[in-house]
Amino acid sequence: MTETLPGVPAFPMTRGRCPFDPPPELARIQHDEPVTRVELWDGSTPWVVTRYDDVRALLADPRFSADSDLPGYPHVTEGRAARSGVTKSFITMDGAAHAAQRRLLTPDFMVKKMEALRPKIQGIVDGLIDEMLAGPKPADLVQAFALPLPSLVICELLGVPYADRALFHRISKTLISRTSTAAESLAATKELLDYFGELTERKLTEPGDDVLSKLAAEQLATGRMTRHEIAGMGQVLLVAGHETTANMIALGTVALLENPSQLAEMRAAGERGDAKLLANAVEELLRYLNIAHSGRRRVALEDVEVGGQLIRRGEGVIAANDMANRDDSAFPDADVLDIHRKARHHVAFGYGVHQCLGQPLARVELQVAYGTLYHRIPTLALAKPLGELRFKDDMAVYGVHELPVTW
Amino acid sequence: MKVIVDQDRCVGAGQCVLAAPEVFDQRDSDGIVVLLTEDVPAGSEEDVREAARICPALAIELSEP
Repeated sequence: MTETLPGVPAFPMTRGRCPFDPPPELARIQHDEPVTRVELWDGSTPWVVTRYDDVRALLADPRFSADSDLPGYPHVTEGRAARSGVTKSFITMDGAAHAAQRRLLTPDFMVKKMEALRPKIQGIVDGLIDEMLAGPKPADLVQAFALPLPSLVICELLGVPYADRALFHRISKTLISRTSTAAESLAATKELLDYFGELTERKLTEPGDDVLSKLAAEQLATGRMTRHEIAGMGQVLLVAGHETTANMIALGTVALLENPSQLAEMRAAGERGDAKLLANAVEELLRYLNIAHSGRRRVALEDVEVGGQLIRRGEGVIAANDMANRDDSAFPDADVLDIHRKARHHVAFGYGVHQCLGQPLARVELQVAYGTLYHRIPTLALAKPLGELRFKDDMAVYGVHELPVTW
Repeated sequence: MKVIVDQDRCVGAGQCVLAAPEVFDQRDSDGIVVLLTEDVPAGSEEDVREAARICPALAIELSEP
């Protein structure tokens, strides 16, 4: 353990008794000193910004850079710091370079395309539930349902063989673990970049109707992008494309099982096909659970005042979107899960130009998953007490490691 | 109420399409916002205000009469 400076709290912080709430210390900071310094693993002391309005203003402000190679950028783990510079994609780029790379991908994730996938996603969901019901109980909902669904879908979209899932699930785990060493993180990213590099080259001669084939033909073959750049993009899309949704499905199920009246409403909404309530509930669960719980990281390019605090050029900033989503001024009674609440202005997908590219896909997956699972298995229940579940405090994407369920 | 969108700022997150599908769409070639109409149909005003409020790229401007 690193020693903390007197009065400067360590970040990331430890959660309290409720596994769905952000750390109590972060809540205290939001209340008492909403922009304050925290200490990271390496002894650096970036700012953390915790109020909704401040988080939105900061993330929309081009005077803050997302470039993780810049000095002062707050790397929240040793593993992340080690990977910086080795791999670069639009998520750590600014301005025109970011826009150009992101726009290569925006058509592949746009709303109408994702809506067109809905029947296919429904088919996958139905099939996975059939298989689980035919198997032994208790079952692990993570392995039987939550993880395969988004993995299958993102594989199909990108053109990654699903048969390779053991490889990328293992690597993803290392990449998002908060406890990976620099060496482990570097080895993992190198392995995945090599994998994507080879796969992209293969797409030149054996193209499919998928994102990697498009990038191979339009970017690699024309020399606009290198194999390494496309691999970096592929890595981000694959990891972000399955870890997040998988954890939302599993953790959302835990949260609903703990809120039986809302679970009953979800079950009924699924049964009568109430798309509007299901969509609303997805936004609320995204807000309430905020599984990307390490904040959005930036570095100031000039002196900027945020929430009354002057942040100097070159200083790192962590926009705590999990805490912003619990700001009572934006969401009255923010600590209450309420699937009828208007929550679409949440910042669970971030905010500003880096807001999640794959959010239309995540929404359809979650709407179909939540809208099917509970009415197909009306007696769904935890097979272990809540207190015995292993929550992912050790990962950059929060959730549960396993979710033993019965019915 | 009239809507103006800034296609250079747009990042194709699709929030506006979900909030007010009768007014906003995404261009097939690059997922960037296109307006289906500049004049907000009666009854859609609140949805369009919501779209402007949640646009992550601040690419939607409204002019209210």
